[in-house]
Amino acid sequence: MAEYTLKVRRYQPETGEGPYWEEFKVDLDPDLSVLDGLLQVRDEKDGTLVVRCSCRAAICGSCGTKINGQSTLACKTQLAEAQDGANRRSPDGSAPIVVEPMGNMPVVKDLVTDMESTHWEKIRRVTPWLIPEGDPPEREYVVPPESMIDVTQSMACIQCGACVSSCLSMEADPEFVGPAALAKAYRFVGDPRDAETRQRLYDLAQDPHGIYDCTHCFQCIDACPKGVAPMDQIMRLRRKAGHDEDINDVNNGRRHELAFTKIIARKGTLDESLLLQESYAQGVGGKLMPTSGAIKGLIGSLPTAIRGIRTGKMRSLAKLIPGVHPKLPDGAQQHVKSVYQHAEEHREELNLYITGEEEVEPEPDEASDPLASAVGGEGRHPELVTEGGSETVGTSEATPEADVEPEPDEEGRLS
Amino acid sequence: MAPKHDVLVIGAGLAGQRAALAAAEEGVSVGIVSKVHPVRSHSNAAQGGINAALQEGDSWESHAFDTVKGSDYLGDQDAIEIMCREAPEEILHLEHLGVTFHRNDEGRLGTRAFGGASQARTYYVADITGQAIMHVLYEQLMKFSAQISRYEEYFTTRLVLDDEGRCVGAVLRNVADGSMELYEAKNVILATGGNGQIWRPSTNALICTGDGIAMAYRVGAPLMDMEMIQYHPTTLAKKGFLITEGARGEGAHLLNAEGERFMERYAPNKMELASRDVVSRAEQTEINDGRGFDDGTVALDITVVPRKRIHEALREIVLVGRDFAGVDITREPIHIKPGNHYTMGGVKTDVNGATPIPGLYGAGELACLSVHGGNRLGANSLLDTLIFGRRAGKHAATRAKQVDGARPAEAALRDSEREVAELIGRDHDNGRRISVLRRELGETMDRFVAVFRDEDGIQTALDRVKKLQEELPSAYIDDQGTVFNQDVLGAIELGFMLDQAECTCVAALHRTESRGAQYRTDFPERNDDEWLKHIELSPNGDEPEVSYSPVTITQWQPAERTY
Repeated sequence: MAEYTLKVRRYQPETGEGPYWEEFKVDLDPDLSVLDGLLQVRDEKDGTLVVRCSCRAAICGSCGTKINGQSTLACKTQLAEAQDGANRRSPDGSAPIVVEPMGNMPVVKDLVTDMESTHWEKIRRVTPWLIPEGDPPEREYVVPPESMIDVTQSMACIQCGACVSSCLSMEADPEFVGPAALAKAYRFVGDPRDAETRQRLYDLAQDPHGIYDCTHCFQCIDACPKGVAPMDQIMRLRRKAGHDEDINDVNNGRRHELAFTKIIARKGTLDESLLLQESYAQGVGGKLMPTSGAIKGLIGSLPTAIRGIRTGKMRSLAKLIPGVHPKLPDGAQQHVKSVYQHAEEHREELNLYITGEEEVEPEPDEASDPLASAVGGEGRHPELVTEGGSETVGTSEATPEADVEPEPDEEGRLS
Repeated sequence: MAPKHDVLVIGAGLAGQRAALAAAEEGVSVGIVSKVHPVRSHSNAAQGGINAALQEGDSWESHAFDTVKGSDYLGDQDAIEIMCREAPEEILHLEHLGVTFHRNDEGRLGTRAFGGASQARTYYVADITGQAIMHVLYEQLMKFSAQISRYEEYFTTRLVLDDEGRCVGAVLRNVADGSMELYEAKNVILATGGNGQIWRPSTNALICTGDGIAMAYRVGAPLMDMEMIQYHPTTLAKKGFLITEGARGEGAHLLNAEGERFMERYAPNKMELASRDVVSRAEQTEINDGRGFDDGTVALDITVVPRKRIHEALREIVLVGRDFAGVDITREPIHIKPGNHYTMGGVKTDVNGATPIPGLYGAGELACLSVHGGNRLGANSLLDTLIFGRRAGKHAATRAKQVDGARPAEAALRDSEREVAELIGRDHDNGRRISVLRRELGETMDRFVAVFRDEDGIQTALDRVKKLQEELPSAYIDDQGTVFNQDVLGAIELGFMLDQAECTCVAALHRTESRGAQYRTDFPERNDDEWLKHIELSPNGDEPEVSYSPVTITQWQPAERTY
C-alpha cells in the first residue's frame, strides 16, 4: 500500500459555484488504477464525487478523463505511473496526481462531461452504419480475410472520447468531425461490404471540417487507450479519397499533399519556396495560366507566409528564392528519395491486428536503417500490412523493436 | 407528456438492443432504456466468441448436446434446441449487418475452439467479439432512430402493474437531472443482465447489479436456478478481470506451482477445455491442496501459442496482462484463479421471453429459460442474448398489436419519488455507509457461496444478508443533489442486490446435491432422483417461497458427465 494525493477538478453545478480543485489522499497498491483511487474517495470519503465508470478494465469506455493533462481512461492508468507523470511535471519532483474532466466537451458535474452534444453528434454525422448494395447473400459476404482484420482496428474503438478530448484541431475548430468519428468512418470505408465508399469519401472531403481539417498532431494516437490510432485512420481516408478516388477537397488539402510529395520526390527535402505555388497552381501550365481559385488561394495565403517570416518559422529568406535549396550532407538527400520511393511502391498500412511473420529479433544495426525508422516509426505498431493485397512486408526489414518509444514528431510519415 | 411505447426495453446490452430492433421490425413503437450509455453495457466484455453449428460437418444437434451436457442436464432441452437451431441464421444476420467476423483463407467465416464443445464452432472478432457485435447493433439503433427512442442514462426504479396484474410501465429516473417519470408501455422487456456485483471480486462490471431480476421478483415474477452462479476458471487474482477462454481455445495450458499440467488428472480428454465448472473446481482443488502459488492462484501459460497468433487473436488479453498485471503473456505465464462470472439463473421465462406476468418479458443473462442449466458453456451467452432477445422483441411487438394500453397508476411514481427523497434526507448518525454494506455483501458471498459450498457456509451468508437487509433502511449516502447523483443509484442497487443474494442463498441451501456450478462438499454427488428439477423462488412476506418445476427433456437422457 502507498499513499497518493489526487488533485481533482471538481464542479458541483447545484451549488451555484464555479469549478474548483480539491485534494484527496488515498491509500492503495501502486498497481491499482487512478479510477480505483477515485472510487476509494467516493466510497469512503465523499459520495458526491462523480465519475462515469463500469468495467474497470478498459473495455466499456466510461471513464475518459485527463490525468496530468493527458487524455486517457482512469481505469487504465496505474497510480504509480500517474505519480511518475505528476512528478515529472513538477519542478521539485513531487506533485499530486491531477485528474480533470475531458476537454472539448461541456462539463456536467465533476468528471462527467456531456458526450452527447459533442462526441455522439459527430459519430452520427458520418452515417455510422453499413450500407451494402442490394439484398444480402444467402450465406456470408465473402471478403478478403485481411480486410476484416484491417477494419477491426477501428472496430476496437470503445467510444471513450479520449481522442476527442485531446484533439487540437477540434480545440481550434469545434465543428471538426474529429478523430473518433473519422475512425468510425474508416470502419465503413475500409469494409468491402459497404457500397457507399466513394460517396462517404466525397462527403468527408467536401466538408470543410472533414478529413483535411486534421493537422497531424498525433495527440489522438497518444490518447487512444485501445490502439485505434485515429489519425492513422484519417490518413487512410485521405489516401483513399485522393489517391484511389481522385477526389479533391474544398480545403485544397489534397493538392497541398501532392505538392509536398512531388517536391520531396524531386528534391529529397522540402523546398518551401515551391510549396505554396505548387499547392495552388500545379506544374508549368498551372503557373502560366493560374486559375482564379489559385490566385485567390495564393493571395489568401500571403498573411500566413508573412507571419512565418516574422515569427522565424521561415528561417532563411534565401530559401524563398526558387532554386536556392540547401542539400543535406552525406548523400542523405538520396536516402530520403529512396524512402519516398519505397513508400510509393509499397503503400504500407499500419495495423495492430496483423503481425506478418513470426517476430524476429531485429539485428543491432537495424535501428539506423532508414526504412525501418521511416515506415515503422510508431513503437506501438509493430505490425505492417500491405493494403489491398496479400503481400506482407518482410518484418526483418520493417519491424522496429516493439518497445521503442514513439517520438511525437517521428519523421517519415506521409504528410 | 410522459413517454408511451408499445414495447419498452429496459437494458441496452446485446439482449436489449436485439429485442428493440426485432420489435421495431414489427412496426410498433419502441423505447430502449439504459442506466448507462448503451455501448457501456457489459456485453462488451464477452471476448471469446459466439457458438453456432454453421460449418459443414457440424450439426445443431451436436451443439445442443454439448450445451445439455455442459448444463449438467439442468438445461431445458426445448429451449436449447431452439437456441442451437436458430444460431446459424443469427450469425449470418449479424454478418450482414456488418460485424467484422474473422475469416478463413477463403474469405468465409472462420471458427475457433472453445470449452465443452465437441467441434470448433465459435465465431469471433479477435477477442472483442461482444464489443464488436454490440457496437454494430448500436449502429442499427442509430439507423432506426425514427422507430426506436433511446433513453440513455435513465435508471429504472420499479415496474408498474395494473389492477389486473399486467405490466403496464415503469418508473424512470433521468440520471442527468434527477427527474422521475412514469413511462407507459403495453409491454416491458427486461434485459438488464446479470448480478455479478453481488460477489467481490467479480469479472462483472460495476453496473452488473441485476436490477431487472430484483424488479421482476418484487412484482411477483418467479426467479429460477438462482443457486447456479458460474465461476470462470481464468480471472486475474486481485482485480477479478477476465482472461478469455479463447486463450485455452488457442491452446494455452494451466499449470500448478509445481509446473504440472494438472488438468490431466481431472479431465484427461478435454484437458483445459472441459466445462468451466469442472476446470474451476480443479483449480480450486489445486489451490486448496497447497499446489497453487502463494497468492492463491495457478498459472495460465499462453506462451505455448505462437506469438503471431496471440497478437492476431488475443490482443485484448495482451493488453489486460500488460496493463493490469504487469505481465507480458507472450513471454511468461500469468497467475489466475476462478472468479465470479455469470448468472445462470434469473427471471423465469418461456422460449418467447414471456414471464407469468402478462406484458412482462425477460431476455439475456437476466432471464432463465433455462438454456444454461447448472453451467453455461463459453460462447453460448452471446448467442442466448441474441436469439432470445430477438424472440422476446418479436413476441412483445405481436402482443402489443393485440392488447389495449393502460395508463399506469401515478401512485407508483409518487412511491418512488418518496423513497428517493427519504434516502437522500437520511441522517448519518443511525447507520453505516451504503458502500460499506455493499462491500460486506460482496466479500461474504465470495467467501461462502462460491466454487465449493456447504450448509454452514451458506447459512452464514444468508444470516449476514438478512442482517444487511435490516440495516439498509438506515444506511446513508452523501450526495443530496439531483444532477448525476450516483450515490442514490448505488443505494437502490444495493437493495436490488440483497434481494437476489437472499434468493441465491436460499436456493443453494435447498439443493442438497452437487450439479454444475453448485458443488456442495456435504453432498458431493449429483442426485438425479431427487434433484433433476429447477428451484423457483417467489416473494412471500419476509422469505422467498420455494417451489419446483421439472426439467424439460426432449432427446438427451441424463448421463454421467466426464470430459
